Amino acid sequence: MADLADLTIAEAGRGLRAGDFTAVDLLDAVTKRATMTEAQLHAYLTLDSGGARAAAEKADADLASGDDHGPLHGIPVALKDNMVTKGVETTASSQILAGWKPPYDGTAVARLKAAGAVITGKTNLDEFAMGSSTENSAFGPSRNPWDHTRVPGGSSGGSAATVSVGSAFGSFGSDTGGSIRQPAALCGVVGMKPTYGMVSRYGLIAFASSLDQIGPFSRTVEDSALLLDAVAGWDRMDSTSIDGDVPAFSGSLSKGVEGLRIGLVTELMGEGIDPQVKAAVTAMADKLAGAGAEVIEVGLPASEYALSAYYLIAPAEASANLARFDGVRYGHRTEHLEGTTEDMMAMSRAEGFGPEVIRRILLGTYALSAGYYDAFYGQAQRVRTLMRNDFASAYEQVDVLISPTSPTTAFPVGERAADPIAMYYSDVCTIPSNLAGDPAISVPVGLDDQRLPIGFQIMAPALGEEVMYQVAAEVERLAGFTDRAPLATSEVVHP
Amino acid sequence: MSIDSVTPLNAGGWEAVIGLETHVELSTASKMFCGCRADIPEEPNTACCPVCLALPGALPVPNEQAIEGIVRIGTALGCEINETSLFYRKNYFYPDLPKNYQISQYTFPVAEHGALEIDVEGEPFTVGITRVHMEEDTGKSTHVGDGGGRIHDASHTLLDFNRAGVPLVEIVTEPDIRTPEQARAYGAELQRVVLALGVSDAKLEAGSMRFDANVSVRRPGEEFGTRTETKNVNSLRSLQRAVAFEIERQIAVLESGGTIVQETRHWNEDTGKTSSMRTKEESEDYRYFQDPDLLPLSVDETWRLRAVEALPELPGAARTRFRDAGVDPVNAETLLDNPALAALFTDAVAAGAPGRLVANWLTGEVIAQLRRDEVDVSDTSLSSSHLVELASMVDGGDLSSSAAKDVLTRAMAGEGTPRAIAEANDLLQVSDTGAIEEVVEQVLVDNPDALEKVRSGDMKPLGFLTGQVMRQMGGKADPKVVQQVLRAKTQGE
Repeated sequence: MADLADLTIAEAGRGLRAGDFTAVDLLDAVTKRATMTEAQLHAYLTLDSGGARAAAEKADADLASGDDHGPLHGIPVALKDNMVTKGVETTASSQILAGWKPPYDGTAVARLKAAGAVITGKTNLDEFAMGSSTENSAFGPSRNPWDHTRVPGGSSGGSAATVSVGSAFGSFGSDTGGSIRQPAALCGVVGMKPTYGMVSRYGLIAFASSLDQIGPFSRTVEDSALLLDAVAGWDRMDSTSIDGDVPAFSGSLSKGVEGLRIGLVTELMGEGIDPQVKAAVTAMADKLAGAGAEVIEVGLPASEYALSAYYLIAPAEASANLARFDGVRYGHRTEHLEGTTEDMMAMSRAEGFGPEVIRRILLGTYALSAGYYDAFYGQAQRVRTLMRNDFASAYEQVDVLISPTSPTTAFPVGERAADPIAMYYSDVCTIPSNLAGDPAISVPVGLDDQRLPIGFQIMAPALGEEVMYQVAAEVERLAGFTDRAPLATSEVVHP
Repeated sequence: MSIDSVTPLNAGGWEAVIGLETHVELSTASKMFCGCRADIPEEPNTACCPVCLALPGALPVPNEQAIEGIVRIGTALGCEINETSLFYRKNYFYPDLPKNYQISQYTFPVAEHGALEIDVEGEPFTVGITRVHMEEDTGKSTHVGDGGGRIHDASHTLLDFNRAGVPLVEIVTEPDIRTPEQARAYGAELQRVVLALGVSDAKLEAGSMRFDANVSVRRPGEEFGTRTETKNVNSLRSLQRAVAFEIERQIAVLESGGTIVQETRHWNEDTGKTSSMRTKEESEDYRYFQDPDLLPLSVDETWRLRAVEALPELPGAARTRFRDAGVDPVNAETLLDNPALAALFTDAVAAGAPGRLVANWLTGEVIAQLRRDEVDVSDTSLSSSHLVELASMVDGGDLSSSAAKDVLTRAMAGEGTPRAIAEANDLLQVSDTGAIEEVVEQVLVDNPDALEKVRSGDMKPLGFLTGQVMRQMGGKADPKVVQQVLRAKTQGE
């Protein structure tokens, strides 16, 4: 039998119920995989071995007594470390939260637990989800499983890497400007951002509240839908969560694309997109046409300004969202306590935040300042409206839109670290969906000539998850992408 | 200071321009954006949760009961209730502000463009209401150390977040107010409105209602002068005193050639002065922006109409009703401030008792007795039917007005109905003309000199004769009837 850690969630679920193995076996398999890979990847910040084992044992006991919690029952799942977990250190990869053990579970976390999932631990990210490479972590960068000299993408790089190497069957991240889809593309896994409001943000450490959305990483499109099913739906703790029935997304994956209208976004296939990425996307578009879809080119003119608008809106919201980290009630407090309480707060923040976070807080504070608000934040909101209008027009012509997920495949560690603008450009294809609040998914469609994965993005209108998954499943089938990141040969034993 | 309803001027021809911002804590069951109790328990930090402590990942969810409360206030103040209103983040760092921003409103508050009609020593006056908006309260800082409670000399600061997130309504007036008396009358009337609506306990001394006074002075007709904002005003009397002090201070500064600094000032109750609070050199920039965690708030027409229909009688209408019932202005204000007495008044008058008399009793003997015993009227046996019976006894001449007061206090003490009390204590007076005539005739016989004087046109002995009759009748004769009979007997024969 293949290593259990290489199973999909759907396969693992079948095996569990057939009695082929136990939830504890599944946990052991991913734990072993983490032991093999963590020294190179640093995908996890915290492995909650005790909590995970207890959960796996409970999952086995429940299943034995006929109490089946559904598709995620007994499945090891990793969580990005900006998702609040009761009693388990939650840091958002920031020194300012080092050691913080939350007194509560976020809604998505609570729902995963209720669905029987076994939470393996907390994964690395760019500090407060600000970055596209997971290099901005206060606790050291993560690496790409396909090439350890390269970044896994970000900000949910740790979550992408765990699923890529099998140190979790599935994982969750948050996507503010592409933080799920871009690392999914760079790590060769499926990464999905739901419609804004589909998954409760209660317990997600906020970066940019109007853009943040929790979503799953998985090895298959089917697993993605299973993971989303477990967390989607209205939550009274989040005013912005969508009040309404949520269909089971795992139910509509085999319908094919016959008769669907698919739009290839002109602006996201231009300059700055790597030729190999472009070729892979074009080839897949042709295959979709061959499978019966009508594929046309569609324009999203405002996407030219989307990146600029995003880098005003997100930092502006972040400047307020991160104000609560002041050393007063929790988190890092400076040891320099001379001066006033305000001095203590300022010093704690200066010490606790990393440079990218400070850069964005300054940018956002400036963008909201009297006299600048209209030129910056106000203007960015107008671009956001234009972006939404563009999508609305596009969806009058087509059912879904397609594009590359990332302009390039995984880039070397350090390459863009000193050039924020180059780093920001990593999100050029993913940001438009965040501005519109629409769902989008990245599906791996192949490797470039350096054996690095290429991600293919499918975007759908708000609440269009079903058609998005329908197309994604077909893309997955047409791509036939079964490659896995090579595993390190030497086993590293953690203390 | 002269009160002139057109342009009240201060010494030297200065006109004061005053605007008030009032914060009212709503007495909802839970806080504005979480489920914690909102009644602020004494034990610090016992009414807190991830949301009101601003733990990472926590999100606000608006309290519908609070929205109901502010819609009622807005409606009572004659405001337009916005169909859609927006929550904003007001950004500033302070240790007792957990998120380091306050959820408040900016453009599109819940209610705007209203007015409150007030009464200033009998004169009506209208104060425009600019806006009524929803926000959340902060926690409470206690600065400990040598600085006497001042933050900059404290060795450490204790924080209590029980109050953090309690729903707060801010009511902002137009700069319509011109005198300290008007400011006080506005404060008193607003407090009555809030109490009538039952949305807050509006206790000034406890801080559940608080005023900030914006004051400037100018020459009439000129542009507004530079204003100061005075905080820490926690009684109506302080409001009047603080505004008066600030007007005089500003006039003195200007007349000595100085300029007014735009600043926040602190009212000190003990010294009776305002003083400059330490303010930052740069002006505050709150960087307001719409809170992305909260959807636009929708108050539809059905809700707005329901709020209008549900309005109780407001103090302005009650004042008119009291005055129309013959209550004098001072007593009318007393009734307005004593809802339980006002209710007795209303019931008694509805049952036919004369308003003026009943109001005199309630605002006189009854209040005096309540103060003496330190009780509420509900703790006594007094009922509106007692007042009705008592009034009819006085009106029918069965009881003298002084005996009536005695009966009233006994009724409060639970001695029975007024008639039973009067009978039991032998307080009923005789107004039976026949009985009185007998005594009068006897008195006239006994006092021939006096009778002679009266008959010859000297009316002075009439008082003496009345006194004799009253004495013989043990004080229980109706003096009016005695006088009538005396006149008839002395003049007529």
